[in-house]
Amino acid sequence: MKSLVILGAGTAGTMMANHLHKKIDRKEWDISIIDERKEHHYQPGYLFLPFDIYQPSNIIKNVKDFIPSDVELIQQRIEKIDAKENKIILGEGEIINYDLLIIATGAKIAPEEIEGMAGSEWQKSVFDFYTFEGALALRDKLRMWEGGNLVVHITEMPIKCPVAPLEFAFLADAFFEHKNMREKVNITYVTPLSGAFTKPKSTAALEHLLGEKNISIESDFAIAEVNNEKKTIVDYGGKVIPFDLLVTVPTNKGDDLMERSGLGDELNYVPTNKETLQSQAFENIFVIGDATNVPASKAGSVAHFEAEILTENILHYIKEEPLSASFDGHANCFIETGHNKALLIDFNYTHEPVSGLFPFPGIGPLQLLKESMLNHWGKLAFRWIYWNMLLKGIPIPFVGSHMKTAGKNF
Amino acid sequence: MEKLIAGKTVQVNEEGYLTNFNEWNKEIGEALALEAQVALTPKHWELINYIQTEVKNESPLSIRKIGKSGVVDIKEFYVLFPNAPLKTATKIAGVPKPASCI
Repeated sequence: MKSLVILGAGTAGTMMANHLHKKIDRKEWDISIIDERKEHHYQPGYLFLPFDIYQPSNIIKNVKDFIPSDVELIQQRIEKIDAKENKIILGEGEIINYDLLIIATGAKIAPEEIEGMAGSEWQKSVFDFYTFEGALALRDKLRMWEGGNLVVHITEMPIKCPVAPLEFAFLADAFFEHKNMREKVNITYVTPLSGAFTKPKSTAALEHLLGEKNISIESDFAIAEVNNEKKTIVDYGGKVIPFDLLVTVPTNKGDDLMERSGLGDELNYVPTNKETLQSQAFENIFVIGDATNVPASKAGSVAHFEAEILTENILHYIKEEPLSASFDGHANCFIETGHNKALLIDFNYTHEPVSGLFPFPGIGPLQLLKESMLNHWGKLAFRWIYWNMLLKGIPIPFVGSHMKTAGKNF
Repeated sequence: MEKLIAGKTVQVNEEGYLTNFNEWNKEIGEALALEAQVALTPKHWELINYIQTEVKNESPLSIRKIGKSGVVDIKEFYVLFPNAPLKTATKIAGVPKPASCI
C-alpha cells in the first residue's frame, strides 16, 4: 500500500480528504489526515462574533464529523516534516511515512512580530478578531465600550481574507449607529497599502463607501510599534496615530512547522507553483490554501477552487502524467458593508474585481462590486454552504474553479 | 505610454514604473531618484542592486524582506527612501511595483 498524508484538517485539508477518498484507487492508497485540533471553526464567522451577530455555537463543529470514515484522522501534534526521507514525525515521536504529502496547515496571526503589539494593552484596548479568543474578547469589550478613537488596522500583507478588516470597519459603523452612539466614535482605517484595496477599480468603490460612512483612511502606514503607554501606533516614517480601541490584523504567518522543517519562506509560507500547486522543493509534496506562497487571496473560496485543481493534479501525479490542471488564482468574496448589505467581488491572478452580474452573465442575480441586500443574504447563506457542501467537496452550482470573464465590465 | 527620462525614451505604466527593465540604466535610475527627491548614495545603489536581483529571481518583494536582506534594516530603509520606501525604491530600480496579493 502507498500512503497519502494530508497535514491540517481545516478548510483546505478537509476538502482534499473529501475529494480524494472517492477519486483515488483505495486498493493502492491509504489516506490519513493529521491535525491536533478537535474543533473545526468556520473562520469567516469570526468577523460577526464581536458584533453579536453570530454566537460561538454557529461557527464550531467537530473536525471528525467532516472527515470521511475511510480516511484515518490522527489527532496529534506534528513535530516535523522530514521531506528528504518522506517522513512525518509526530509530537509523541511516532513516525508516519508518506509517498505523497499535501500540506494544508494554514496561516495564523503573529502579534509578537511587532514591538508592543502583544504588550500590556493586548485584549484590553488592543484586539484581534482573527482568532476565536480574540473575537470573543473584542465582543465583550464592544458591549461595554463608550466611544472614542477606533482604529482598524492591517499590519502587513499578506493576510487571510484581505477584505475582513474593511468589513470590520463597515460593520462597526453600523453597530455604533444602531447603538445610537456613532457620533461618539471616530473610525480610522489604517493600511500598509496605498489605498483601501490593492486593485484600482475595487479600491475606488471601497474608498467611496468608506467616505460615505465617515470612516477616514490612513494609507502607506508601515507599523513599527504599538506604544502601550501612550496608546498610539507609530510607523517607520514617524507617523503617529492615537487610539482608544485598536482592532488590528497582526502579521499573518504560515505554521511554525514549516520553520522547524525548513520548508517555509520568511513568513513560513511554502514556496509553491502557483498553477500546479506542487511544492517548489519536492515533487511529492503539494500545498493548498493559506499555507502556500502563491499570489492569491488567503481565503476559503481560493482553497475551494484550488481543491478542485489539486485533486486533478494529484490524480495526474499518481498516473505519472503531466500536471495539466492549472489554478488561475480565482477568488470570490462577499464584503459585508453593514445594514444588511454586502458587495461581491470575483477575480483571479490576472483580472481585477470589476462590476457586472454573477454567476450568470447578463442575469445575475448577484451584482458584482455593488452593495445589495441579496449579496448580504448570499454571505449569510454561505455558512450553510460551507458546512454542507464546501467541506464535503460538493461543487457549488454555477461557480467553477476557473474565473469567468463574461458578464463583467472590464 | 512613453516617457523621456535622462534623454532616453522608455515605456512606462500610468504610475510611471518602467514596463521593460531592459530599458533601464543608471542614468535613468538617477533621474527617477531626482523626481522622487531622493539623493542616491552608495547604500541606495546597494539596495537597488539587491531589489533588481530579487526581481530577476522572481522572488516577491516586501518591506519585511528588505529588512532581512542584510543590506539595511527597515528603519534604515525608511531613512534612505522616506514615505512608501518600497514603491519609491522599486520605481527607481526600474522594476514593477510590488503587488501585495489580495
